[in-house]
Amino acid sequence: MSGPDRPGGLPVLLPFVAPRSEARLRPAHAWLLCGLGTVALPAWAQAGTASLPPLEVVLKWAPLLLTGFAFNVAISLMAMLLGTLAGTGLGLAMLAEGAVLRRVAWAVTQVFRNVPWLVLLFFVMFLVPFQVTVFGLRVPLPDWVKATFGFSLPVMANVAEIVRGAVRSVPTTQWEAAESLAFTRRQILWRIILPQCAKRMLPPWMNVYALIAMATVQASIVGVTEMLTLTAQVHAAEGGRPELFAPLYGFALLCFFLYCYPIDRLTARLERRFETR
Amino acid sequence: MIEAVQGWFQRLYETTGLNFTVFYDPYDWNRYIGGLRMTLLLSVTTILASLVIGAVGALLQSGPSRLLRGLVNGFVVVFRNTPPLVQIFFFYFGLGTLLPALRTADGLRIPLLDNVQWAILSLSLFAGAFNVEIFRSGIEAVPRTTAEAAEALGYTRFKAYRHVVLPLALRVCLPALNNNLINLLKTTTLAYAIAVPETLYAVKQIWSESQNVLEMMLVLLATYAVLVGLLVWIMHRWERALRIPGYGR
Repeated sequence: MSGPDRPGGLPVLLPFVAPRSEARLRPAHAWLLCGLGTVALPAWAQAGTASLPPLEVVLKWAPLLLTGFAFNVAISLMAMLLGTLAGTGLGLAMLAEGAVLRRVAWAVTQVFRNVPWLVLLFFVMFLVPFQVTVFGLRVPLPDWVKATFGFSLPVMANVAEIVRGAVRSVPTTQWEAAESLAFTRRQILWRIILPQCAKRMLPPWMNVYALIAMATVQASIVGVTEMLTLTAQVHAAEGGRPELFAPLYGFALLCFFLYCYPIDRLTARLERRFETR
Repeated sequence: MIEAVQGWFQRLYETTGLNFTVFYDPYDWNRYIGGLRMTLLLSVTTILASLVIGAVGALLQSGPSRLLRGLVNGFVVVFRNTPPLVQIFFFYFGLGTLLPALRTADGLRIPLLDNVQWAILSLSLFAGAFNVEIFRSGIEAVPRTTAEAAEALGYTRFKAYRHVVLPLALRVCLPALNNNLINLLKTTTLAYAIAVPETLYAVKQIWSESQNVLEMMLVLLATYAVLVGLLVWIMHRWERALRIPGYGR
Protein backbone atom coordinates (compact mmCIF):
# COMPACT_ATOMS: atom_id res chain seq x y z
CA MET A 1 0.00 0.00 0.00
CA SER A 2 1.04 3.58 -0.33
CA GLY A 3 3.40 4.38 2.49
CA PRO A 4 3.57 7.72 4.24
CA ASP A 5 7.26 8.06 3.36
CA ARG A 6 6.76 8.56 -0.36
CA PRO A 7 8.64 11.46 -1.91
CA GLY A 8 6.62 13.66 -4.20
CA GLY A 9 3.53 11.44 -4.34
CA LEU A 10 4.29 9.90 -7.73
CA PRO A 11 3.12 6.29 -7.77
CA VAL A 12 6.10 5.03 -9.74
CA LEU A 13 9.54 3.80 -8.74
CA LEU A 14 8.64 3.41 -5.10
CA PRO A 15 11.40 2.23 -2.79
CA PHE A 16 10.96 -1.34 -1.63
CA VAL A 17 9.25 -1.56 1.72
CA ALA A 18 9.29 -4.85 3.59
CA PRO A 19 5.80 -6.06 4.47
CA ARG A 20 4.77 -4.90 7.91
CA SER A 21 4.94 -7.55 10.60
CA GLU A 22 1.77 -8.82 12.21
CA ALA A 23 -0.07 -7.13 15.04
CA ARG A 24 2.04 -6.94 18.16
CA LEU A 25 2.50 -4.76 21.18
CA ARG A 26 4.83 -1.82 20.96
CA PRO A 27 6.06 0.68 23.57
CA ALA A 28 3.35 3.06 22.38
CA HIS A 29 0.69 0.69 23.72
CA ALA A 30 2.24 0.82 27.18
CA TRP A 31 2.09 4.62 27.10
CA LEU A 32 -1.53 4.49 26.00
CA LEU A 33 -2.32 2.15 28.89
CA CYS A 34 -0.54 4.44 31.36
CA GLY A 35 -2.57 7.37 30.05
CA LEU A 36 -5.82 5.46 30.49
CA GLY A 37 -4.68 4.41 33.97
CA THR A 38 -4.03 7.96 35.12
CA VAL A 39 -7.52 8.91 33.97
CA ALA A 40 -9.27 5.87 35.45
CA LEU A 41 -7.41 5.41 38.75
CA PRO A 42 -8.59 8.60 40.50
CA ALA A 43 -12.15 7.73 39.50
CA TRP A 44 -11.75 4.29 41.06
CA ALA A 45 -9.99 5.58 44.13
CA GLN A 46 -12.78 7.93 45.10
CA ALA A 47 -15.59 5.47 44.43
CA GLY A 48 -17.35 5.10 47.76
CA THR A 49 -15.75 6.23 50.99
CA ALA A 50 -17.11 3.48 53.25
CA SER A 51 -16.12 0.52 51.04
CA LEU A 52 -12.74 -0.36 49.58
CA PRO A 53 -11.87 1.22 46.21
CA PRO A 54 -11.93 -1.28 43.32
CA LEU A 55 -8.18 -1.42 42.84
CA GLU A 56 -7.57 -2.38 46.46
CA VAL A 57 -10.25 -5.05 46.22
CA VAL A 58 -8.40 -6.61 43.30
CA LEU A 59 -5.08 -6.44 45.15
CA LYS A 60 -6.63 -7.90 48.30
CA TRP A 61 -8.05 -10.91 46.49
CA ALA A 62 -5.25 -11.33 43.95
CA PRO A 63 -3.63 -14.33 45.74
CA LEU A 64 -6.89 -16.28 45.69
CA LEU A 65 -7.63 -15.34 42.08
CA LEU A 66 -4.10 -16.27 41.03
CA THR A 67 -4.52 -19.68 42.68
CA GLY A 68 -7.60 -20.10 40.53
CA PHE A 69 -5.61 -19.08 37.49
CA ALA A 70 -2.90 -21.63 38.35
CA PHE A 71 -5.64 -24.25 38.47
CA ASN A 72 -6.75 -23.18 34.98
CA VAL A 73 -3.19 -23.58 33.74
CA ALA A 74 -2.95 -27.01 35.37
CA ILE A 75 -6.18 -28.16 33.70
CA SER A 76 -4.97 -26.90 30.33
CA LEU A 77 -1.59 -28.66 30.69
CA MET A 78 -3.20 -31.99 31.62
CA ALA A 79 -5.79 -31.70 28.84
CA MET A 80 -3.01 -30.92 26.39
CA LEU A 81 -0.99 -33.95 27.51
CA LEU A 82 -3.96 -36.32 27.24
CA GLY A 83 -5.15 -34.78 23.99
CA THR A 84 -1.72 -34.91 22.38
CA LEU A 85 -1.24 -38.58 23.20
CA ALA A 86 -4.70 -39.53 21.95
CA GLY A 87 -4.47 -37.16 19.00
CA THR A 88 -1.18 -38.57 17.77
CA GLY A 89 -2.73 -42.04 17.79
CA LEU A 90 -5.82 -40.77 16.00
CA GLY A 91 -3.75 -38.87 13.44
CA LEU A 92 -1.70 -41.96 12.66
CA ALA A 93 -4.91 -43.97 12.42
CA MET A 94 -6.09 -41.52 9.76
CA LEU A 95 -2.97 -42.46 7.77
CA ALA A 96 -3.39 -46.21 8.33
CA GLU A 97 -3.44 -48.59 5.40
CA GLY A 98 -6.72 -50.22 6.39
CA ALA A 99 -9.62 -48.34 4.85
CA VAL A 100 -12.02 -49.04 7.73
CA LEU A 101 -9.68 -47.72 10.41
CA ARG A 102 -8.94 -44.68 8.29
CA ARG A 103 -12.62 -43.87 7.76
CA VAL A 104 -13.50 -44.31 11.42
CA ALA A 105 -10.59 -42.13 12.54
CA TRP A 106 -11.57 -39.48 10.00
CA ALA A 107 -15.19 -39.47 11.20
CA VAL A 108 -14.14 -39.20 14.87
CA THR A 109 -11.83 -36.29 14.06
CA GLN A 110 -14.50 -34.44 12.10
CA VAL A 111 -17.12 -34.83 14.84
CA PHE A 112 -14.87 -33.62 17.65
CA ARG A 113 -13.49 -30.77 15.58
CA ASN A 114 -16.86 -29.43 14.49
CA VAL A 115 -18.81 -29.54 17.72
CA PRO A 116 -18.54 -26.47 20.00
CA TRP A 117 -16.15 -27.04 22.89
CA LEU A 118 -18.77 -26.06 25.42
CA VAL A 119 -21.12 -28.71 24.04
CA LEU A 120 -18.35 -31.34 24.37
CA LEU A 121 -17.79 -30.19 27.92
CA PHE A 122 -21.49 -30.60 28.73
CA PHE A 123 -21.38 -33.99 27.07
CA VAL A 124 -18.59 -35.23 29.31
CA MET A 125 -19.88 -33.57 32.48
CA PHE A 126 -23.36 -35.03 32.19
CA LEU A 127 -22.73 -38.43 30.65
CA VAL A 128 -19.60 -39.58 32.49
CA PRO A 129 -20.48 -40.98 35.93
CA PHE A 130 -19.09 -39.29 39.05
CA GLN A 131 -17.32 -42.48 40.04
CA VAL A 132 -16.26 -45.64 38.26
CA THR A 133 -15.74 -49.11 39.68
CA VAL A 134 -12.58 -50.85 38.47
CA PHE A 135 -12.08 -54.41 39.79
CA GLY A 136 -14.29 -53.71 42.78
CA LEU A 137 -12.31 -50.55 43.56
CA ARG A 138 -14.36 -47.39 43.54
CA VAL A 139 -12.53 -44.52 41.88
CA PRO A 140 -14.21 -41.14 42.35
CA LEU A 141 -14.09 -38.77 39.39
CA PRO A 142 -14.20 -35.19 40.68
CA ASP A 143 -15.62 -32.59 38.33
CA TRP A 144 -12.24 -31.11 37.41
CA VAL A 145 -11.02 -34.52 36.18
CA LYS A 146 -14.10 -34.76 33.99
CA ALA A 147 -13.54 -31.20 32.75
CA THR A 148 -9.93 -32.04 31.88
CA PHE A 149 -11.18 -35.03 29.95
CA GLY A 150 -13.78 -32.84 28.25
CA PHE A 151 -11.11 -30.37 27.12
CA SER A 152 -8.79 -33.11 25.90
CA LEU A 153 -11.39 -34.27 23.33
CA PRO A 154 -11.20 -31.20 21.05
CA VAL A 155 -7.41 -31.12 21.59
CA MET A 156 -7.28 -34.71 20.40
CA ALA A 157 -9.16 -33.93 17.20
CA ASN A 158 -7.09 -30.82 16.45
CA VAL A 159 -3.78 -32.57 17.15
CA ALA A 160 -4.87 -35.47 14.95
CA GLU A 161 -5.45 -33.04 12.10
CA ILE A 162 -2.04 -31.41 12.72
CA VAL A 163 -0.28 -34.80 12.69
CA ARG A 164 -2.04 -35.82 9.51
CA GLY A 165 -1.22 -32.55 7.79
CA ALA A 166 2.43 -32.70 8.84
CA VAL A 167 2.91 -36.28 7.68
CA ARG A 168 1.21 -35.44 4.39
CA SER A 169 3.57 -32.51 3.89
CA VAL A 170 6.67 -34.74 3.91
CA PRO A 171 7.71 -35.36 0.30
CA THR A 172 6.75 -38.77 -1.09
CA THR A 173 10.36 -39.33 -2.11
CA GLN A 174 11.23 -39.70 1.58
CA TRP A 175 8.84 -42.64 1.82
CA GLU A 176 10.17 -44.15 -1.37
CA ALA A 177 13.82 -43.74 -0.37
CA ALA A 178 13.13 -45.36 2.99
CA GLU A 179 11.24 -48.21 1.34
CA SER A 180 14.12 -48.83 -1.03
CA LEU A 181 16.39 -49.12 2.02
CA ALA A 182 14.11 -51.94 3.24
CA PHE A 183 12.64 -50.17 6.25
CA THR A 184 9.27 -51.51 7.36
CA ARG A 185 6.29 -49.16 7.39
CA ARG A 186 6.44 -48.74 11.15
CA GLN A 187 10.16 -47.98 11.05
CA ILE A 188 9.67 -45.44 8.27
CA LEU A 189 6.95 -43.66 10.22
CA TRP A 190 8.75 -43.55 13.58
CA ARG A 191 12.36 -43.13 12.51
CA ILE A 192 12.14 -41.10 9.31
CA ILE A 193 8.84 -39.32 8.82
CA LEU A 194 7.78 -38.28 12.34
CA PRO A 195 11.16 -36.78 13.35
CA GLN A 196 10.90 -34.52 10.32
CA CYS A 197 7.32 -33.61 11.21
CA ALA A 198 8.02 -32.61 14.80
CA LYS A 199 9.39 -29.25 13.73
CA ARG A 200 6.45 -28.52 11.48
CA MET A 201 3.94 -29.55 14.10
CA LEU A 202 5.30 -27.34 16.88
CA PRO A 203 3.75 -23.95 15.91
CA PRO A 204 0.20 -25.22 15.24
CA TRP A 205 0.45 -27.38 18.36
CA MET A 206 1.29 -24.30 20.42
CA ASN A 207 -1.65 -22.51 18.83
CA VAL A 208 -3.94 -25.29 20.01
CA TYR A 209 -2.42 -24.98 23.49
CA ALA A 210 -3.15 -21.24 23.62
CA LEU A 211 -6.74 -21.94 22.56
CA ILE A 212 -7.23 -24.62 25.20
CA ALA A 213 -5.69 -22.42 27.89
CA MET A 214 -8.23 -19.75 27.05
CA ALA A 215 -11.06 -22.29 26.88
CA THR A 216 -10.51 -23.61 30.41
CA VAL A 217 -12.60 -20.75 31.83
CA GLN A 218 -15.61 -22.45 30.26
CA ALA A 219 -15.33 -25.02 33.06
CA SER A 220 -16.90 -22.43 35.34
CA ILE A 221 -20.15 -22.76 33.38
CA VAL A 222 -20.42 -26.43 34.34
CA GLY A 223 -19.55 -25.80 37.96
CA VAL A 224 -15.81 -26.41 38.29
CA THR A 225 -14.23 -23.98 40.74
CA GLU A 226 -11.63 -22.11 38.73
CA MET A 227 -10.67 -18.50 38.17
CA LEU A 228 -13.99 -17.19 36.83
CA THR A 229 -15.98 -18.96 39.54
CA LEU A 230 -13.69 -17.45 42.16
CA THR A 231 -14.03 -14.04 40.52
CA ALA A 232 -17.81 -14.21 40.82
CA GLN A 233 -17.50 -15.35 44.45
CA VAL A 234 -15.07 -12.54 45.27
CA HIS A 235 -17.50 -10.10 43.72
CA ALA A 236 -20.30 -11.43 45.92
CA ALA A 237 -18.05 -11.37 48.99
CA GLU A 238 -17.31 -7.70 48.42
CA GLY A 239 -20.99 -6.88 48.57
CA GLY A 240 -21.84 -7.32 44.89
CA ARG A 241 -21.16 -3.72 44.01
CA PRO A 242 -21.72 -3.23 40.27
CA GLU A 243 -18.63 -1.04 39.81
CA LEU A 244 -16.46 -3.99 40.90
CA PHE A 245 -17.34 -6.12 37.87
CA ALA A 246 -15.07 -4.30 35.42
CA PRO A 247 -11.86 -4.37 37.52
CA LEU A 248 -12.35 -8.00 38.61
CA TYR A 249 -13.04 -9.35 35.13
CA GLY A 250 -10.38 -7.00 33.80
CA PHE A 251 -7.92 -8.69 36.16
CA ALA A 252 -8.90 -12.10 34.72
CA LEU A 253 -8.42 -10.73 31.19
CA LEU A 254 -4.99 -9.41 32.19
CA CYS A 255 -3.88 -12.77 33.65
CA PHE A 256 -4.85 -14.67 30.53
CA PHE A 257 -3.33 -12.02 28.30
CA LEU A 258 0.01 -12.15 30.12
CA TYR A 259 0.00 -15.93 29.80
CA CYS A 260 -1.17 -16.28 26.19
CA TYR A 261 0.53 -13.34 24.49
CA PRO A 262 4.11 -14.67 24.94
CA ILE A 263 2.95 -18.04 23.61
CA ASP A 264 1.46 -16.25 20.60
CA ARG A 265 4.68 -14.33 19.93
CA LEU A 266 6.81 -17.45 20.30
CA THR A 267 4.54 -19.34 17.90
CA ALA A 268 4.81 -16.57 15.32
CA ARG A 269 8.59 -16.50 15.67
CA LEU A 270 8.92 -20.26 15.30
CA GLU A 271 6.63 -20.17 12.28
CA ARG A 272 8.80 -17.56 10.61
CA ARG A 273 11.98 -19.45 11.41
CA PHE A 274 10.76 -22.76 10.03
CA GLU A 275 9.26 -21.09 6.98
CA THR A 276 12.53 -19.81 5.58
CA ARG A 277 14.22 -23.18 5.68
CA MET B 1 -47.20 -35.98 8.22
CA ILE B 2 -46.41 -34.17 11.46
CA GLU B 3 -48.71 -36.50 13.39
CA ALA B 4 -46.93 -39.49 11.85
CA VAL B 5 -43.52 -38.20 13.01
CA GLN B 6 -44.85 -37.39 16.45
CA GLY B 7 -46.52 -40.78 16.71
CA TRP B 8 -43.31 -42.54 15.65
CA PHE B 9 -41.23 -40.80 18.31
CA GLN B 10 -43.90 -41.45 20.94
CA ARG B 11 -43.83 -45.15 20.03
CA LEU B 12 -40.01 -45.06 20.09
CA TYR B 13 -40.24 -43.80 23.67
CA GLU B 14 -42.76 -46.46 24.68
CA THR B 15 -40.86 -49.33 23.09
CA THR B 16 -37.18 -48.40 23.65
CA GLY B 17 -37.25 -45.71 26.34
CA LEU B 18 -35.49 -43.18 24.08
CA ASN B 19 -37.34 -40.02 24.98
CA PHE B 20 -36.97 -37.46 22.18
CA THR B 21 -39.48 -35.01 23.66
CA VAL B 22 -38.63 -32.31 21.12
CA PHE B 23 -40.12 -34.36 18.31
CA TYR B 24 -43.53 -35.05 19.82
CA ASP B 25 -44.08 -32.40 22.49
CA PRO B 26 -45.05 -29.13 20.78
CA TYR B 27 -43.95 -27.09 23.83
CA ASP B 28 -40.41 -28.51 23.77
CA TRP B 29 -40.35 -28.27 19.98
CA ASN B 30 -41.17 -24.57 20.09
CA ARG B 31 -38.50 -23.98 22.68
CA TYR B 32 -35.93 -25.85 20.59
CA ILE B 33 -36.88 -23.91 17.45
CA GLY B 34 -36.67 -20.66 19.40
CA GLY B 35 -33.15 -21.58 20.50
CA LEU B 36 -32.19 -22.52 16.96
CA ARG B 37 -33.53 -19.19 15.73
CA MET B 38 -31.49 -17.34 18.34
CA THR B 39 -28.34 -19.24 17.35
CA LEU B 40 -28.97 -18.35 13.71
CA LEU B 41 -29.56 -14.70 14.62
CA LEU B 42 -26.35 -14.61 16.67
CA SER B 43 -24.33 -16.35 13.93
CA VAL B 44 -25.56 -14.25 11.03
CA THR B 45 -25.23 -10.89 12.78
CA THR B 46 -21.82 -11.67 14.30
CA ILE B 47 -20.48 -13.06 11.02
CA LEU B 48 -21.54 -9.94 9.11
CA ALA B 49 -20.36 -7.55 11.82
CA SER B 50 -17.01 -9.33 12.21
CA LEU B 51 -16.45 -9.20 8.44
CA VAL B 52 -17.03 -5.44 8.49
CA ILE B 53 -14.72 -5.04 11.50
CA GLY B 54 -12.09 -7.13 9.75
CA ALA B 55 -12.26 -5.17 6.49
CA VAL B 56 -12.24 -1.76 8.17
CA GLY B 57 -9.51 -2.80 10.61
CA ALA B 58 -7.30 -4.08 7.80
CA LEU B 59 -7.82 -0.81 5.91
CA LEU B 60 -6.81 1.24 8.95
CA GLN B 61 -3.91 -1.09 9.68
CA SER B 62 -2.43 -0.46 6.25
CA GLY B 63 -3.23 3.24 6.41
CA PRO B 64 -0.90 6.18 6.92
CA SER B 65 -2.06 7.15 10.42
CA ARG B 66 0.29 5.75 13.04
CA LEU B 67 -2.20 6.35 15.83
CA LEU B 68 -4.97 4.38 14.11
CA ARG B 69 -2.52 1.62 13.23
CA GLY B 70 -1.43 1.36 16.85
CA LEU B 71 -5.02 1.29 18.08
CA VAL B 72 -6.01 -1.46 15.63
CA ASN B 73 -2.91 -3.48 16.54
CA GLY B 74 -3.68 -3.15 20.23
CA PHE B 75 -7.29 -4.21 19.68
CA VAL B 76 -6.21 -7.24 17.65
CA VAL B 77 -3.58 -8.35 20.15
CA VAL B 78 -5.83 -7.98 23.18
CA PHE B 79 -8.87 -9.69 21.71
CA ARG B 80 -6.89 -12.57 20.22
CA ASN B 81 -5.09 -13.42 23.45
CA THR B 82 -7.87 -13.34 26.02
CA PRO B 83 -10.64 -15.91 26.54
CA PRO B 84 -13.87 -15.01 24.72
CA LEU B 85 -15.93 -16.03 27.75
CA VAL B 86 -14.13 -13.52 29.99
CA GLN B 87 -14.60 -10.91 27.26
CA ILE B 88 -18.34 -11.55 27.27
CA PHE B 89 -18.46 -11.28 31.07
CA PHE B 90 -16.34 -8.15 31.02
CA PHE B 91 -18.64 -6.51 28.50
CA TYR B 92 -21.96 -7.68 29.90
CA PHE B 93 -21.28 -7.31 33.63
CA GLY B 94 -18.40 -4.84 33.65
CA LEU B 95 -19.34 -2.33 30.98
CA GLY B 96 -23.05 -3.10 31.06
CA THR B 97 -23.36 -1.89 34.64
CA LEU B 98 -21.22 1.18 34.01
CA LEU B 99 -23.39 2.39 31.14
CA PRO B 100 -26.24 4.69 32.05
CA ALA B 101 -29.53 2.83 32.17
CA LEU B 102 -33.07 3.92 31.42
CA ARG B 103 -35.75 3.68 34.05
CA THR B 104 -39.38 2.81 33.57
CA ALA B 105 -42.19 4.67 35.27
CA ASP B 106 -42.04 2.14 38.13
CA GLY B 107 -38.34 2.82 38.64
CA LEU B 108 -37.32 -0.50 37.10
CA ARG B 109 -33.83 -0.44 35.61
CA ILE B 110 -33.69 -1.16 31.88
CA PRO B 111 -30.13 -1.59 30.61
CA LEU B 112 -29.14 0.27 27.48
CA LEU B 113 -28.16 -2.98 25.75
CA ASP B 114 -29.71 -6.32 26.70
CA ASN B 115 -27.80 -9.59 26.98
CA VAL B 116 -28.39 -10.59 23.35
CA GLN B 117 -26.97 -7.29 22.10
CA TRP B 118 -23.96 -7.54 24.41
CA ALA B 119 -23.34 -11.10 23.21
CA ILE B 120 -23.50 -9.96 19.57
CA LEU B 121 -21.19 -7.03 20.31
CA SER B 122 -18.51 -8.98 22.17
CA LEU B 123 -18.57 -11.99 19.83
CA SER B 124 -18.27 -9.67 16.80
CA LEU B 125 -15.28 -7.92 18.33
CA PHE B 126 -13.66 -11.26 19.20
CA ALA B 127 -14.06 -12.69 15.70
CA GLY B 128 -13.36 -9.30 14.12
CA ALA B 129 -9.90 -9.23 15.73
CA PHE B 130 -9.07 -12.51 14.00
CA ASN B 131 -10.57 -11.24 10.74
CA VAL B 132 -8.33 -8.15 10.77
CA GLU B 133 -5.28 -10.43 10.80
CA ILE B 134 -6.76 -12.67 8.11
CA PHE B 135 -7.60 -9.76 5.80
CA ARG B 136 -4.16 -8.28 6.41
CA SER B 137 -2.48 -11.48 5.27
CA GLY B 138 -4.72 -11.44 2.20
CA ILE B 139 -3.81 -7.81 1.44
CA GLU B 140 -0.11 -8.61 1.72
CA ALA B 141 -0.60 -11.33 -0.87
CA VAL B 142 -2.01 -8.86 -3.42
CA PRO B 143 0.86 -7.85 -5.72
CA ARG B 144 2.06 -4.32 -5.06
CA THR B 145 1.98 -3.67 -8.78
CA THR B 146 -1.79 -4.15 -8.74
CA ALA B 147 -2.28 -1.49 -6.10
CA GLU B 148 0.14 0.76 -7.96
CA ALA B 149 -1.76 0.26 -11.20
CA ALA B 150 -4.96 1.27 -9.44
CA GLU B 151 -3.25 4.39 -8.13
CA ALA B 152 -1.96 5.15 -11.61
CA LEU B 153 -5.53 5.00 -12.84
CA GLY B 154 -6.42 7.73 -10.38
CA TYR B 155 -8.14 5.68 -7.67
CA THR B 156 -8.09 7.24 -4.25
CA ARG B 157 -6.69 5.08 -1.46
CA PHE B 158 -10.14 4.10 -0.21
CA LYS B 159 -11.54 3.43 -3.70
CA ALA B 160 -8.49 1.35 -4.62
CA TYR B 161 -8.96 -0.64 -1.43
CA ARG B 162 -12.66 -1.16 -1.97
CA HIS B 163 -12.64 -1.94 -5.69
CA VAL B 164 -9.24 -3.50 -6.34
CA VAL B 165 -7.31 -4.68 -3.28
CA LEU B 166 -10.08 -6.00 -1.04
CA PRO B 167 -11.80 -8.14 -3.71
CA LEU B 168 -8.48 -9.79 -4.54
CA ALA B 169 -7.43 -10.14 -0.89
CA LEU B 170 -10.78 -11.68 -0.04
CA ARG B 171 -10.22 -14.46 -2.54
CA VAL B 172 -6.77 -15.18 -1.16
CA CYS B 173 -7.84 -15.36 2.46
CA LEU B 174 -11.15 -17.18 2.05
CA PRO B 175 -9.86 -20.54 3.40
CA ALA B 176 -8.58 -18.89 6.58
CA LEU B 177 -11.76 -16.83 6.83
CA ASN B 178 -13.73 -20.03 6.46
CA ASN B 179 -12.05 -21.52 9.53
CA ASN B 180 -12.57 -18.41 11.59
CA LEU B 181 -16.26 -18.09 10.75
CA ILE B 182 -16.84 -21.75 11.64
CA ASN B 183 -15.04 -21.08 14.89
CA LEU B 184 -17.30 -18.09 15.46
CA LEU B 185 -20.41 -20.22 14.92
CA LYS B 186 -19.10 -22.59 17.57
CA THR B 187 -18.24 -19.73 19.92
CA THR B 188 -21.85 -18.47 19.89
CA THR B 189 -22.57 -21.22 22.46
CA LEU B 190 -20.72 -19.05 25.00
CA ALA B 191 -23.69 -16.66 24.98
CA TYR B 192 -25.27 -19.38 27.13
CA ALA B 193 -23.24 -18.01 30.04
CA ILE B 194 -25.14 -14.72 30.05
CA ALA B 195 -28.52 -16.45 29.63
CA VAL B 196 -29.05 -15.77 25.94
CA PRO B 197 -31.69 -18.35 24.99
CA GLU B 198 -29.75 -19.99 22.15
CA THR B 199 -29.73 -23.67 21.20
CA LEU B 200 -27.58 -24.94 24.07
CA TYR B 201 -29.66 -22.97 26.58
CA ALA B 202 -32.97 -24.24 25.19
CA VAL B 203 -31.74 -27.83 25.04
CA LYS B 204 -30.44 -27.64 28.61
CA GLN B 205 -33.85 -26.41 29.77
CA ILE B 206 -35.55 -29.27 27.97
CA TRP B 207 -33.29 -31.93 29.44
CA SER B 208 -33.56 -30.64 32.96
CA GLU B 209 -37.35 -30.79 32.77
CA SER B 210 -37.78 -34.02 30.82
CA GLN B 211 -34.80 -35.93 32.27
CA ASN B 212 -33.57 -37.01 28.84
CA VAL B 213 -29.95 -35.84 28.85
CA LEU B 214 -28.58 -38.44 26.46
CA GLU B 215 -31.27 -37.93 23.83
CA MET B 216 -31.04 -34.15 23.93
CA MET B 217 -27.23 -34.37 23.78
CA LEU B 218 -27.58 -36.32 20.56
CA VAL B 219 -30.00 -33.73 19.19
CA LEU B 220 -27.54 -30.99 20.20
CA LEU B 221 -24.58 -32.70 18.48
CA ALA B 222 -26.64 -33.28 15.34
CA THR B 223 -27.83 -29.66 15.35
CA TYR B 224 -24.32 -28.25 15.46
CA ALA B 225 -23.05 -30.79 12.93
CA VAL B 226 -25.78 -29.64 10.52
CA LEU B 227 -25.18 -25.93 11.22
CA VAL B 228 -21.42 -26.22 10.70
CA GLY B 229 -21.98 -28.35 7.60
CA LEU B 230 -24.36 -25.71 6.25
CA LEU B 231 -21.85 -22.91 6.83
CA VAL B 232 -19.05 -24.94 5.20
CA TRP B 233 -21.30 -25.59 2.20
CA ILE B 234 -22.23 -21.89 1.86
CA MET B 235 -18.60 -20.82 2.15
CA HIS B 236 -17.51 -23.34 -0.47
CA ARG B 237 -20.24 -22.14 -2.80
CA TRP B 238 -19.09 -18.56 -2.22
CA GLU B 239 -15.47 -19.54 -2.77
CA ARG B 240 -16.34 -21.16 -6.09
CA ALA B 241 -18.50 -18.22 -7.16
CA LEU B 242 -15.69 -15.76 -6.41
CA ARG B 243 -12.96 -17.77 -8.11
CA ILE B 244 -11.02 -15.92 -10.80
CA PRO B 245 -9.41 -18.27 -13.33
CA GLY B 246 -5.64 -17.96 -13.14
CA TYR B 247 -5.59 -16.05 -9.86
CA GLY B 248 -4.58 -17.94 -6.76
CA ARG B 249 -5.10 -21.63 -6.57
